Amino acid sequence: MDRILATDCGSTTTKAILIEKVGDEYRLIARGEAPTTVEAPFEDVTVGVLNAVREVQELTGRRLLQEDGEKILIREGNEESGVDAYFSTSSAGGGLQMMVAGVVRTMTAESAQRAALGAGAIVVDAISIDDGRLPYQKIERIRTVRPDMLLLSGGVDGGTVSHVVELAELIRAADPKPRLGIGYRLPVIFAGNVGARRHVEEVLGDVVDLRIVDNLRPTLDKEVLGPAREEIHDLFMEHVMAQAPGYHKLMEWTSAPIMPTPGAVGLLMETVARQRGLSLLGVDIGGATTDVFSVFRGTFNRTVSANLGMSYSMANVLLEAGLAQIERWLPFEVPPAVLRNRIRNKMIRPTSIPQTLEDLMVEQAVAREALRLALEHHKSLAVELKGVQRQQELSAFLDYEGSGSTLVNLMDLNLIIGSGGTLSHAPRRVQAALMMLDAFQPEGVTELAVDSIFMMPQLGVLSPLQEEAATQVFERDCLIRLGTVVAPKGTAQPGEAILHARYPGGSVELKAGEILRMPVGEGKELSVELRPARGFDVGSGPGKAREVTLTGGAVGILWDGRGRPLQLPADPRLRRESLWRWFEALDAYPSMPRTVAAGGS
Amino acid sequence: MATAYTPGLLVSENITVRKVRRLPIQGEVLVQEGQEVAPQDVVARALLPGKPHTLNAANKMALMPEDVPSHLLVREGDEVEEGQLLAATKGIFGFGKKELRSPISGKLEMVSRVTGQLTLREKPVPVELTAYLRGKVVEILPQEGVVVETSGAFVQGIFGVGGERVGTLAMAVASPDEPLEESHIGPQHRAKVVVGGSLVSLGVLRKAAEMGVQALVAGGIWDTDLADFIGYEIGVAITGQEDIPLTLIITEGFGPMAMAHRTFRLLQSLEGREAAVNGATQVRAGVLRPELVIPVEGERQSQEESLATSLEVGTPVRLIREPYFGLLGVVTALPPDLQTIETEARVRVAKVRLPSGEEVWVPRANMELLAGD
Repeated sequence: MDRILATDCGSTTTKAILIEKVGDEYRLIARGEAPTTVEAPFEDVTVGVLNAVREVQELTGRRLLQEDGEKILIREGNEESGVDAYFSTSSAGGGLQMMVAGVVRTMTAESAQRAALGAGAIVVDAISIDDGRLPYQKIERIRTVRPDMLLLSGGVDGGTVSHVVELAELIRAADPKPRLGIGYRLPVIFAGNVGARRHVEEVLGDVVDLRIVDNLRPTLDKEVLGPAREEIHDLFMEHVMAQAPGYHKLMEWTSAPIMPTPGAVGLLMETVARQRGLSLLGVDIGGATTDVFSVFRGTFNRTVSANLGMSYSMANVLLEAGLAQIERWLPFEVPPAVLRNRIRNKMIRPTSIPQTLEDLMVEQAVAREALRLALEHHKSLAVELKGVQRQQELSAFLDYEGSGSTLVNLMDLNLIIGSGGTLSHAPRRVQAALMMLDAFQPEGVTELAVDSIFMMPQLGVLSPLQEEAATQVFERDCLIRLGTVVAPKGTAQPGEAILHARYPGGSVELKAGEILRMPVGEGKELSVELRPARGFDVGSGPGKAREVTLTGGAVGILWDGRGRPLQLPADPRLRRESLWRWFEALDAYPSMPRTVAAGGS
Repeated sequence: MATAYTPGLLVSENITVRKVRRLPIQGEVLVQEGQEVAPQDVVARALLPGKPHTLNAANKMALMPEDVPSHLLVREGDEVEEGQLLAATKGIFGFGKKELRSPISGKLEMVSRVTGQLTLREKPVPVELTAYLRGKVVEILPQEGVVVETSGAFVQGIFGVGGERVGTLAMAVASPDEPLEESHIGPQHRAKVVVGGSLVSLGVLRKAAEMGVQALVAGGIWDTDLADFIGYEIGVAITGQEDIPLTLIITEGFGPMAMAHRTFRLLQSLEGREAAVNGATQVRAGVLRPELVIPVEGERQSQEESLATSLEVGTPVRLIREPYFGLLGVVTALPPDLQTIETEARVRVAKVRLPSGEEVWVPRANMELLAGD
């Protein structure tokens, strides 16, 4: 397979990429984009797909469409025109919205949530027997939410039946209707106790489109999400996509089923982490939502913070974080009312861009908080399985408050990949690096990268079929390596020495409260010996030395002595001075007068 | 390359407006194609299944779930009245007798032998869908709703709260840059759609609610006033469902901002006519902006006025971002190449002449096209 075409139909833009085998390796040849055409007046997603592909066709001079221009040309042999395969992902029309249900909030309901998120869905609610709501409140919620589909889990195999049936009865009572396609039955997947299947079928079989798959939590210490995820993907194609305008046509064109965009990104992250044996964190900060993906100890997790974004949900970042949290990242003073109006004005005119430096800093301050909150959310769901140690009757866990510890370990983290306009298109690469450092506060030694043009979805859908092509293009054309950060964990008084690093031909003395930038370009490496001060940890334990190879990139190597947790001076004046100092040390922004004050509304 | 400017909000004197009126679930369409309808006319109706109630009979009667059916005095599918005896146990020697009565009037829908739960459902609730616009039914969507068409003026706002309302258009200020004061609102504005100038405050909103105003339209509002009025802060720009006594439409943005002259003049020229308004806003794919539709009888045209969609030298624009936020201007140059702006981003720009005569460079993403001001 030498020539592959892939598209991602986003809610606003449809992006096409063309991959070809050049010599022994796959490379990105060209990309094109066009507005998505799911909405009126077109109401046909293929119009946007053809427009995006037409752009690729014009850029490359290769014919990719049939003569009438109405369909993608799949070639049989090695003809000059056409492609060998065509794939697509989609998040148009609000993506895949799901509701999940399980018996215990922190156990099966949480596993169900992980299955749905991993498949690329937005989870609009998670219902459980112990979620603190009365039955009628749960019923009301199911009735009003109108998800695209529902995933019902509950009970280990051989465990509780009555609680699972109770959930099924709530669903039946709610008589839920799907969001799209008036008159259709809501798809419900049952992935719970095999012993409850017959009863669930009796209760729900005649009112919903019921699918039964393997239990996603067959025993307390085992989570098997694959079958539920696959069923979600199948139903996404059958129901959700089939209801969306033009998708029946697109489904016929593709060489493999269309996948929900975030599901495809997750597949790619999993593949990369497995191949390179990495712990990684990926984040996609969009206009409406922020997705976080992680692979720690081989376990993949995805969360979507549905209302943390940089355009139409920007005001929600303000609401969740609070004005003071956003303001703390600004090196100048802005009257609170002005800052609030500005954020709201971006919310209602989401396609506008910062024209002034000061406005750019405001946006990047909001982005830091959106990223920080999204990671907090992710940490709470990317956890070890709960209840594993206590081999009792499942019903005994209804009051169980114990929590599994998070899998997200910032010291073990090897690589952070940022994507989304705010990170991928920051005017200086170092700004993207700094936003990720401030928001995630990685510890020890961590490599940073951004996705150049957000082609992870297309590469993700390709990865199960053409893993080599997907990972080669990802490494060579998709990722922009920013460099590596060394951030000793611990805190000290400003000015105290916290790390001594030696490398062939030089050394670095890092003091508390400072951040340094060393230009080491892409493809270059630096072997260093890190000697942290007492109480500081760079990955080998407090005060213990470590030898490591640091990789360079567009930003270089960053030595972050600002402390973990990061220490911002409480006094506003000192805080602003610190920010200026850090920005200058990193050459993060063009020079601007420090006295700048935000005016206007 | 995708278009790098924002088509402006639609403000048109005469346009054909079509509205799809769709029921939440399948139901019955009550009008015919071609029928003339008024805003309050019911065009379709459906019966929403009544509210369900679950009752754990096994717990309440101290029975095993499988024993519940044999103690029931009613059967699945039976109609029940509130207080009606549903089940009873005899007890031992008359002691420990238990009774279960229906908390609602409705139907016993299901009896579970696994959980011992009864599902009772209240009587169906009728939902009625009104025409919203004064116009003509041009299409029937069988069992789902209708499409209503009208001709007249159409004005989109940038942001709104509150749902559909209908009222007579009334101007409360004399110029688009005059802020709306409490003294501008009086009893004469009951049931009206009131148009102000540059700013609406919390005091004005409260006074308008007290006077029974249907809707307020103004250039801007302070973010904090909006939160105080609706009782919470809006995080995501999806509105229309707020439980508030009137609908609010903001035409320009947050902060004090003169209403675009063209919008103001158009509304002024239509004072006294019936306006259908909706504050519902959704800023995302398939953008939905708040709107005013003012049907103008006898001037129906099938021709839609097309919005200026291409940016050219001479195109009037509104600047929508700092440092020129809220200013109007005219495009004087459109260099084709990307230019570096203050942030160092390389973007497409336009040169714009401001009312002061000054010419400034602005990213094309930061301007909205105005269809002649």
